[in-house]
Amino acid sequence: MNLKDKLLSSYLAFQEQLDLNDSLSELRDTSIRDFEAHGFPTKKEENWKYTSLNSIVKNDFNLTPAKEDAIEFNDVKKYFIHDIDTYKIVFIDGVYSSYLSETTHDGVDICLLSSALNKSKYKPVIDVYYNKIAQKNSLTSLNTAFAKEGAYIYIPKGKAVSKPIQIIHLATGNEANSMLQPRNLIVAEENSEVQIIERHQSLGSNPVFTNSVTEIYAGKRAMVDYYKIQNDKDEASLIDNTHIDQHDNSEVSVHTFSFGGKLTRNNLNFYQNGEHINSILKGVTIIEGKQHVDHNTLVHHLEPNCESHQDYKGIFDAASTGVFNGKIVVDRIAQKINAYQSNNNILVSDKATINSKPQLEIFADDVRCSHGCTIGQLDEDALFYMRSRGNW
Amino acid sequence: MLHVKNLDAGIEGEQILNGVNLEINAGEVHALMGPNGSGKSTLSSVIAGKEEYEVTSGDVIFEGESFLELDPEERAHKGLFLSFQYPIEIPGVSVTNFIKTAINQNRKAHGREDMPASEMLKLIREKSELLDIDRKFLSRSLNEGFSGGEKKRNEIFQMAMLEPKLAILDETDSGLDIDALRIVANGVNKLRAADKSILVITHYQRLLEYIVPDFVHVMIEGKIVKSGGKELAYELEEKGYDWVKAELTV
Repeated sequence: MNLKDKLLSSYLAFQEQLDLNDSLSELRDTSIRDFEAHGFPTKKEENWKYTSLNSIVKNDFNLTPAKEDAIEFNDVKKYFIHDIDTYKIVFIDGVYSSYLSETTHDGVDICLLSSALNKSKYKPVIDVYYNKIAQKNSLTSLNTAFAKEGAYIYIPKGKAVSKPIQIIHLATGNEANSMLQPRNLIVAEENSEVQIIERHQSLGSNPVFTNSVTEIYAGKRAMVDYYKIQNDKDEASLIDNTHIDQHDNSEVSVHTFSFGGKLTRNNLNFYQNGEHINSILKGVTIIEGKQHVDHNTLVHHLEPNCESHQDYKGIFDAASTGVFNGKIVVDRIAQKINAYQSNNNILVSDKATINSKPQLEIFADDVRCSHGCTIGQLDEDALFYMRSRGNW
Repeated sequence: MLHVKNLDAGIEGEQILNGVNLEINAGEVHALMGPNGSGKSTLSSVIAGKEEYEVTSGDVIFEGESFLELDPEERAHKGLFLSFQYPIEIPGVSVTNFIKTAINQNRKAHGREDMPASEMLKLIREKSELLDIDRKFLSRSLNEGFSGGEKKRNEIFQMAMLEPKLAILDETDSGLDIDALRIVANGVNKLRAADKSILVITHYQRLLEYIVPDFVHVMIEGKIVKSGGKELAYELEEKGYDWVKAELTV
């Protein structure tokens, strides 16, 4: 049985486990139908031309998270940024780990999505934001159908979160291959400020496949600074779907560090629903072996007087492959836009590959858009010069 | 210190060095002279470990240890320095940052901690004054847009900072005017010591008036064909390389 069939057939069992008053049951049903209709994307789709999910969809994955393993903090300490004080929301095989976490409800909500989905107190926020920002595509739908857990972060008007928040998804992978579908919702209301670090890490030797969805809402003048650390083991694959809804004068930056994993695909979508917005997308990719990292970005300028900055750099060794597909859409009414995009790559081996593709769809006439792409090798003479001075 | 033994080497199947023998002891200054294309720069590249060159026979021994299996940086860590004939431009890396990293990498290879910043600054100030280098120059990208003379002076500055056991100066005099030549030579002479050696590669006798060698060797067609004292350099200047060639055919 391929993974799609397995997912569809296990959906029924999944539904039965859920609470009868699961308010999302209707949404789950329409989402699974959407996934059923479209399935996993294939290379025939323009957006997936250079990334094949074949190796994943042919694999068998355990869809129900195993019981929480006893993990000592010291065993996983290295996956935390531990030399600074932070809030922590930690999951082991998709299940919340209270003893590794440090959450709060003091002025801001930094907690679990499951409690936000189930408690009536949070209903007004869930109704307004949950699955409202996410763009409809089959992978996001797949996540929506099954999603139960993840980080829930709500920053009310005018609040600045006093310390960074770490969202860490650990996968033990001890018994079998496992598939995880975390779901994060981050709502930063007007004039609020937050800094978030997200990491997915497998601990065992079995393959792990993560299909993650994160929705971020940035209200007027909100500042969201988001860091994604992708340094997983060679057996782990990640599809990260992040959807960002920005409003007047807000600034959201997403920094993606891709250093590991077998296959990593970032679907990063920014929607500028207001004026004087700044969107910043930065990525560093350094990979080797047969690793594959694909950055698929979208910045949709829907209103005038906004800016976006994209800067992605990569170093590719051995037979690794990279993809950068950066799309900028400027609507007809979105005049006075400044949109920048740059993608610089170094191939350090003859077998490494990078596919870089800018995609600009501009319907307004008074805009400034620029894009640039470089692919190069290290200069042998320069290398020898540096090495001969002992620099290595 | 350095012992080159019956060295055959070439690039892309073409043999350039044909049985080179050269022995340099601690404290000595040697000059290697010879016409264009005689293999002088090839020899310096092979000693420093440039990977494109293939050694087909013979050996390069540095302080009793064969160098041939070592990477260029390992050779540098053991105390070798090559001043390039054509120093490479490295945009985005400042002179200071480059030398700072080089010094700390060398210290690390010997199990030592990084040099404290204050000590580093003091050393940089001292050595840049020695070579009459403007402080502003040190924050520029390495060799980028430098004049020929500035590049060479920067090479000797790096040498002064690293204090190698053996320095090979590959045509350090080319591109230098007479004032710069004097400054550079002065810098080199300050580094002369009983435990340090220098191999000067040059076409002309001019540099050797400032850096006076103990021995002079003549290389022709990939082989050292004549060796002597510093007077050999004067003789070459006077009679030209054809004189050595003619002597060979006799």
